[in-house]
Parts: sequence; structure tokens; C-alpha cells
Amino acid sequence: MTANKSDVRLSVQQLRKVYGVGSRNEVEAVRSLTFDLHAGEFACLVGPSGSGKTTLLKCIAGLLEPTSGEVVLDGRRVAGPAEGMAVVFQEYSRSLFPWLSVEDNVELPLKTSGVPKAERKERVSEALEAVSLSHATKSYPWQLSGGMQQRVAIARAVASNPSVLLMDEPFAAVDAQTRGELEDLVRDVWKRLNMTILFVTHDIDESVYLAERVLVLSSSPTIIQADLHIDLPDVRSQADTRSLHRFGELRHQVYEEVQFAKINPGGERTAAREELRS
Amino acid sequence: MIVLKRIGMWFGLPAILIAIWWATTAQGVNFFVPKPDKMASTFAKVWYSEKFFTDVLPSIGRLSISLLISLVLGVVLGIAIGLSRNLRWLLEPLLEFVRAVPSTILIPVLLLLIGINDTMKVAVIVLGCLWPILLNTVEGVRSLDEVLKNTARVYGLRGFDRIRYLVLPGASPLIMAGIRHSLAVGLILLVVSEMFASTDGIGYSIINFQNRVAIPEMWSGIVLLGIIGVLLSVAFQAIQKRVLGWYYGLKEASNDG
Amino acid sequence: METQTPTLSSVAVSTLPTREHRVRRAARWTAVGPYVLGVAGILAALIVWELYSVFGPVSQHHLPPPSVVLPTFFTNLTFTQFWMTMGQTMWAWFLGLGIATLGGVAVGLLIGSSEFLRSATHTSIEFLRPIPAVGMIPLAALLFGPRIGAELMIVVYGCFWIIMIQVLYGITDIDKVANDTVHTMRMTWLQRVRHLVLPTLLPYLMTGIRIAATVALILAISSELIVGTPGIGRAVAQAQLNDNPPAMIALILTSGVLGILVNLIFRFIERKVLFWHTSVRSEVAA
Ligand SMILES: Nc1ncnc2c1ncn2[C@@H]1O[C@H](COP(=O)(O)OP(=O)(O)OP(=O)(O)O)[C@@H](O)[C@H]1O
Ligand SMILES: [Mg+2]
Repeated sequence: MTANKSDVRLSVQQLRKVYGVGSRNEVEAVRSLTFDLHAGEFACLVGPSGSGKTTLLKCIAGLLEPTSGEVVLDGRRVAGPAEGMAVVFQEYSRSLFPWLSVEDNVELPLKTSGVPKAERKERVSEALEAVSLSHATKSYPWQLSGGMQQRVAIARAVASNPSVLLMDEPFAAVDAQTRGELEDLVRDVWKRLNMTILFVTHDIDESVYLAERVLVLSSSPTIIQADLHIDLPDVRSQADTRSLHRFGELRHQVYEEVQFAKINPGGERTAAREELRS
Repeated sequence: MIVLKRIGMWFGLPAILIAIWWATTAQGVNFFVPKPDKMASTFAKVWYSEKFFTDVLPSIGRLSISLLISLVLGVVLGIAIGLSRNLRWLLEPLLEFVRAVPSTILIPVLLLLIGINDTMKVAVIVLGCLWPILLNTVEGVRSLDEVLKNTARVYGLRGFDRIRYLVLPGASPLIMAGIRHSLAVGLILLVVSEMFASTDGIGYSIINFQNRVAIPEMWSGIVLLGIIGVLLSVAFQAIQKRVLGWYYGLKEASNDG
Repeated sequence: METQTPTLSSVAVSTLPTREHRVRRAARWTAVGPYVLGVAGILAALIVWELYSVFGPVSQHHLPPPSVVLPTFFTNLTFTQFWMTMGQTMWAWFLGLGIATLGGVAVGLLIGSSEFLRSATHTSIEFLRPIPAVGMIPLAALLFGPRIGAELMIVVYGCFWIIMIQVLYGITDIDKVANDTVHTMRMTWLQRVRHLVLPTLLPYLMTGIRIAATVALILAISSELIVGTPGIGRAVAQAQLNDNPPAMIALILTSGVLGILVNLIFRFIERKVLFWHTSVRSEVAA
């Protein structure tokens, strides 16, 4: 994919985030992040725990104000939650409204953005079907297992037809079987609706299987340590793609980067490594 | 068998208590405690009469109107204060003080300012019932889950929608706790304001019976208050169960896990 | 706004100091805001009251402005009579609350200790509890006359239920799991009380006493207003009869101060007790 200026959808420029500015315990969560996401791109973000992945996502979603630098969406600077963006939060169980049933949870964003009732109903049942929860529409979130709750959150995000979808470790609580199905589901909607997806995960296999591009963060204070292109075939399937030779190579590459990231705070050792390599 | 046992559990002790009451008052005439049968007939005679319309209904009316006003004011102001940090800082010390004033002490002042009428009683009750609801609403709004708030922001819940779908239901467990507190305080204030200065109402009747040393009639008034209290708490619990069904389910689920 | 990235990032760099400046200013405001605004709020309320009293629709005689009330309030503090009145209210409050606590805990523990007693007393409690304690005022007046006994009877009746019900809640909450662990750990009766019963019960009891403390003050003053037992309530009623609104409102301010003191004392005690409670809790868990 060639990066030409016109199809940049999301641009993160020298993003820096310090928590608790002006207080005694300032925490520099993110030092300086710069990258672009193109329209229709699927990127995975991997990095050690506490490296600021959630922080970055919140800045992109307009939930946090960056300390400096900025996030530009479709040419406009993000200063608050933007239209057409959906987020699946890491704390999935707390992000569902416990006083609404499953279908009401999925329907709420559509209702408040003025989608007509008939279309709403259709989109809700479609989204719930896609995450195989059609049997639990009338239940309350707290009556479901963790994995099911997570799927409700995904259905809600998908039903709102976002142009940019941010997902923060969305499959952490689901079993391996469901996980595979959900991965295929996400890739499927991504292709169908031509969304731009930024997907945070801890799972290296998952990042390689899902994305066209993997961004590896260093440990805190965070920079982008590596930006890898995943040149796997466009049509992927759990059984075939994962057994490709290239899959193993890419997996290995990401693994090395992640290992290195743990001992590379602020990218301070990147230069030394490059020297060693050449 | 189980049903019998259940009935025994429910009515056993009250039956025993009434039997003891009967036995101890049967022989001698106790000045302060009337016999149960006398009590029952007096109750019917006193309250199953036009007094129901001239005293009981006015009292119930005052209480309901005051509770309604307190509820609306408390929730609206509570949400405004809970949502705005600066408003909270501005009003917190003031509210802390106003809330701490034991509300019955305001009765003489309001009597001077407003006079002996329904407005005075409603003002007294509202000035007592408002604070538990208001402060609990503020607390409820403040304790909204951070992730839930972020979710609402991302999905574009703004203005009235945000209050309707996020703030109100999220604060409802604490609002209900505030209402329960207000019910108890409201009944106290109703009775005291009627006792202190009134020409009708249950409180007025009771104090009137006391002045006439009509002991069984006075007791019947106390029993009536008890009945009203029980009815209020039953009604409240029924409403609470409906409104907070999700909350109890959630709590149970998180206790299991 | 330009869409080209280079322009944007240069904008970002140039706005950088102002943004940081704004964030720092917000942080400073967070530190001082509550005090500045809190004082402002109280001053504003006093000014509104003053203006309302002078220009508002009610007579200035009935609602004297703070410039009249506050001096009365402060001179009151120099009178022994005033302190005695306060003392009478607080003494009745303290005694009533104490008796109700002892009684409520004793009866609550007794009933709570047995499943049978709990269900057998359920209906009786559900009927007796909602009778508002002020309903007892005429009875207390007949039995004791305008003396402290009447006030105590009302306060104790009102607070007893609150505390007893909280104790019952607490006992129901001593969860079976903890109970089993302690059983298997072969603790003595005393250790069980110390490590299981007390830590679970105390928060409930403290909540009960705190709620009861506010209710007790309301009830004590109600009794003074209506039965005429000595204390602030009676002083207010007398000031009303003597047509002395400034004295009345000064006394009401005083009752507010008392209320705040009560709240502060209980918050302090609760913090101490619950601190102890959590430390014991984690000890057991470890
Ligand atoms: N609200 C906050 N206040 C202060 N520090 C915070 C806050 N939120 C996060 N941090 C700090 O910022 C750093 C990055 O946190 P963040 O949650 O973004 O990490 P993460 O990469 O999402 O981690 P994980 O993989 O465990 O979810 C951490 O050191 C964390 O302690
Ligand atoms: Mg995270």
C-alpha cells in the first residue's frame, strides 16, 4: 500500500501525554508518537504492559487531551470525541450500561444519533447475530459471562457503522475457540464496511493474523519502536494462514521487537541496536 | 406444612404480644394502657368517621406534595451540582451547614414568616426532606463509573440524552437511598409541625387528645401513624424493587464472581 | 484549518507552551478552588440574605438580616445561660443515643444470633419500626411532663430501631465463607468475635450510630419544642413567644453548628474505627 497524502485518515503527530501535570507525581506515559493510518487500514498495536497503549487510544478517541502534539482525523484536529468513531474499551464489563438489556445497549448509540426505528432494529439484530448473541438479546449484561459481555461491546461498536474503530484488547476475556471466530468477524466487517481499525493486543499471533501493519511500542516513556508491514495474503483463514511459512517469519519478527521493547524505554537503545546490526 | 410454619412465624409473636397485653390489662384498669378490644373499637370510631377527610387526608396530602417537591428539586439540583465541579465547590460548605440544622427547629421561624397554613408545613417538610435526596444525588452523580462515562462520550451521548440514559439511572441507587431517608424525616416533620401549630391533621389530633387526656383516642392516633409508616415503607420497597432491579442483579452477580 | 500535515505540526509546536500553561493553571485551580469558591459561596449567601431581609417581601422584623443576627449569635457565646441550654440539649442527645446504642446492640445481637428469632420477630419489627418516634410525644408528655425523661423516651425509641436494624444487617452479612474459614482455623470463641464478628459488624454499627445521631438531634429538639423539655428547642419556642426573631435565628445557627460538630465527630470516629477494621480484615485475609 502506498502512502499518499490524500488518503491519510488518522494522523498522530509527536503525541506526548503526561499524567498529573502540575502535581507532585507527574507520570510521562507517552513520550513522542508519530504515525499515520490510511483510510481502510487495519493496524495492530503491541507493546509491554503499561507502555501507554490505552493512553494513546484515549487521546485518539478525544477522551484525553494530549500534553503536546496532536491527533488529526480527516484533516481536522481532534478536540473531543469525533463523530463516526467507535471504541471497544479494555474494561468491557464496566463499559456496558447495567440498567439496559443487551439489545438496548447496542441500540442506544443509534437511538441518540437519530437512526429511524426500523433501521435501528435491523442493525441491532444483525450485529448481535454476527457475534452469535441472538439468543441473549433480552438479558442484562451482568447475566452474561465475561466473553459474552465483550461480544456485546463489539456488537455495539460495529452496529454504529464507524469509519474508525479503536479496540483495546477486546479478546482478552474470550476462549480460544470464540476468539478465532471473533477475529474472523472483525476482519470480515472491516472489509465489508471499509473501516480504519486500530487494534491493541498483547497476543503476537493475533496481531500478525489480523493486521496489515503492526506497530510495536517501546516501554514507557513510549515511542514507536517498530512499524512492520504484514504482507500476508488478503484472504485469511485460521487454519491456512497460521500455517504459512511467512506467518512464522513475521511472528518471529514481532516477537523479537516485543522482547526488545521491554528493555528499551524511550527508544534509548534503538540506535545502539541498529549500529550492532549494520 | 411449610405454609403453616410460615404463618406461625409471621403472626406468632404479634399474637403472643397481644395476648400478654390482653392478660395484663384484663383485671386492673391501667390508666395509660387501654384494653386491646377498647383500643380497636376506639380506632374504628375515631378514624372511620369524617375525621378521615378532615384530618387524615390533609396530612397525607401535605406529605405527598412535600415529598414530590423535595424529589424534583433534590434530583434536579443534585444533578446540576454533581455535574459541575465549580458549582459543587461553591455550594459544598453552605450545604454542609444547611443540612446539619436539625430541621424541626425551623418550625417556629417559618411559623412567623409564613403563618399557620399548609404552605408553612410544606416548607418545613421540604426543608427537611430535600437534603438527603439532594446530597445523595450529588454523590450518585459523582460516583458514576469512569469507563461508562467515557463510553457515553464516545457514542455521542450529550445534553438531555446523557442525563436520561447515563446520569439518572447511574445515580438511581443512591437517589433511592436518599428518598428512603427522606420518607422517615418527612413523617417526623409532618407530625411535629402539626403538633406545634395547626388546626387539623393527624399530629394536631393526637396532641388534642393528649390535652383532653383521652388516652385510648391518643393511642389510636399513634397506631394510625404506625400504619401510615408501614404503608409508606411497603410502597417504597415495591417501587425500589422495580426501579433498582438491575442494581440488585448486578450486585449479586459481582458477589458471586 | 489546513489539511497538510507539516503545517499542522508546526501549529502544534507553536501552540505548545500555551496548552501546557493552561493545563498547569487548571492544576493550580484544582488545588485552591474548593477554598476560594467555598468562602465565596458562604459570603454570597450572607449578602443575599441581607438584601432579601432589607428589600424582600417579608418584614425585616420577622426575618432580621445577618448584620443583626450574627452579633446576637456571638454575644450569646458569652452567656452562661446559653451554654447551659446547649448543654441540656447535648446531654439529652448523648444519653438518648447511648442508651439506644446499648439497647439496639444487645437486642440486635440476641435476635440476630438465631435464625428462628430473626424470622419470628420480623413482622413485629416491621410494624413497630415505622411508627415515627414523634408519635410518642404525647405519651411521653403524659408520663414524664416537661422533663428530660420525656425527651429521652422519644430519642431512645427513635434511635433504638435504627441501630438494631443495622446490627441485624451486619449479622446477616457475616458471610458463610468467612465463617467456615474461621471454623477450620480452630479459633476460640473470643478470637472469632475479634477477627470475624467485630470487623464485619462494626461498619454497619457505625453507619447506624451516625444516622441515629442526626435523628436523635431532630427528635431531641422536637421534644423540646412541643413538650417543653429544657434545651435549644424550648429556647427557640420561647424566643418566638417573646417576639424576638434575632435570638431565634441565632439559636438556629447554633443548632447548625452543633449538627456540624456531630457530623465531624462521627466522621472522625468512623475513620479511626474503619481504619482499624480494614487492617484487621487484611490480617485475616493474608
Ligand atoms: N489516570 C492516570 N493517572 C496517572 N497515571 C496513569 C493514568 N492512567 C495510566 N497511567 C500511567 O500511564 C502509563 C500507561 O498506562 P496505560 O494504561 O496507557 O498502559 P497500557 O499500555 O494500556 O497497559 P496495559 O497493557 O496493561 O493495558 C502507566 O504507567 C500508568 O501507570
Ligand atoms: Mg491498557
